[in-house]
Amino acid sequence: MKHVTEEELFQYREGDQKGRQAVAAHLQECAECRGELARLEAVFAALDAMPVPDPGEGYGARVWRQIAPRLPEKGPRWWQAFFAPQRLAVAGTLAALVIAAFYLGRISGPGTPVETVNVNQNQVRERVLVVAVGEHLGKSEMVLVELSNTQPASGQKLINIAAAQRRAENLVEENRLYRQTALEGGDKAMVSTLDELERVLLDVANSPDAVTPAQFESIQKRIAEHGILLKVRVVRQELRTAETGGKSQPAQTDSTAKEKNKA
Amino acid sequence: MRASGEQVESVAVSDAVAVEQTLAGDREAYRVLVERHSAYVYRLAYRMTGKKEDAEEVVQEAFLRAYQKLRQFAGNANFATWVYRIAANYAIDRLRQRKNEDARRELPPRVVEGEPETDPLALVKDRAPSPEQLAGSVQLAAKMKEALGTLTPAERTAIVMRHWDGCGIEEIAAVLKSNTSAAKNTVFRAVQKLRLALAPFAEPRGAARAVGTES
Repeated sequence: MKHVTEEELFQYREGDQKGRQAVAAHLQECAECRGELARLEAVFAALDAMPVPDPGEGYGARVWRQIAPRLPEKGPRWWQAFFAPQRLAVAGTLAALVIAAFYLGRISGPGTPVETVNVNQNQVRERVLVVAVGEHLGKSEMVLVELSNTQPASGQKLINIAAAQRRAENLVEENRLYRQTALEGGDKAMVSTLDELERVLLDVANSPDAVTPAQFESIQKRIAEHGILLKVRVVRQELRTAETGGKSQPAQTDSTAKEKNKA
Repeated sequence: MRASGEQVESVAVSDAVAVEQTLAGDREAYRVLVERHSAYVYRLAYRMTGKKEDAEEVVQEAFLRAYQKLRQFAGNANFATWVYRIAANYAIDRLRQRKNEDARRELPPRVVEGEPETDPLALVKDRAPSPEQLAGSVQLAAKMKEALGTLTPAERTAIVMRHWDGCGIEEIAAVLKSNTSAAKNTVFRAVQKLRLALAPFAEPRGAARAVGTES
């Protein structure tokens, strides 16, 4: 009679379904293999015999006392987070556009009725957001396209996604800012798209620097599953249209129209 | 590894609230998370490093790193699971670093303090008490500690996460930065090595047969 291997016994104990019935049937008949399984169990029982010293009642408080002085003095207040390095680019864009808007307001000349000025300011504010979000979506699209199109070489054990991961990390910060703004503005469709985009960006940002082909495939699958790339493209196209004020709409390409219909 | 049912949900909810408050600038909210999960992270850290001081360092570093990366966490998973993963990653790095340092200094493998540097197999050939006598004994625990010390950092991480904390193979693969099949093999290799090292203790006396052979 051929006995089961140690690995088969281990897999059986692990609950592996592959060849389970055959191993179970063999164990019914073979006392020797049952003995082997018992010896394997003894190893796990021995593992349980290793005690972990009790760190004590107030251990959590002790850890806190040790790390508290090493944490930043104050938590990340909203304005600190806003001026974090990764957000400076966004802030810069916004500032430039606001200054331009102010300048345009000045040269529109005196005597402009107050109501018209208010309407213009709102339009300018909206356009500022449209331009900034458009840029953000463009950058996000590039990261997602890059990840979606990368094909690991055959036999490649690890794929380095560190660069895409860093960019995704920065984009997560920006994304939150725009999502919040869209939420305040009551733009539900934009909130929904940015929300989905954030989840995908977080997935990428939280992945290890180097991933296995299987993990990489799972990232690609998540991007595809959400259809987020498509949504981002459609929203970007709409923003471009809005940016031009709907006056000189660029000719819609077939693919854009199809994407929009699909979305 | 994880408590079940309603309790988990309520803890998870208040963890999520504490994370949000911390992100909003309330540093005391982070204290709640540290105090709540330190002991749990400590158990993992101790089993991985085998030393109290190292374990404490891992716990501190894990919570510091978690604080720095809290924005990335953003309620995506259970905070305890997340900080556990950070601790496991840091502990495996520490183990590798320690092995490299030992190799550079050409030190013999670490042994438990106060114990002779002799092969445990040779030591216990004839005078080993029965497993029943040893079960739960200090001696067995010490031998297990020593046997764990002979594992590679990846093997030790894999067996700790799998056996004590009931982690899934995918979770282990993520920490080991490998695929699931390799992670499964790593757990198996760890078990094999432990079994060999503990053979005189954890097996009845008498030669074990070579498994997979015909009788």
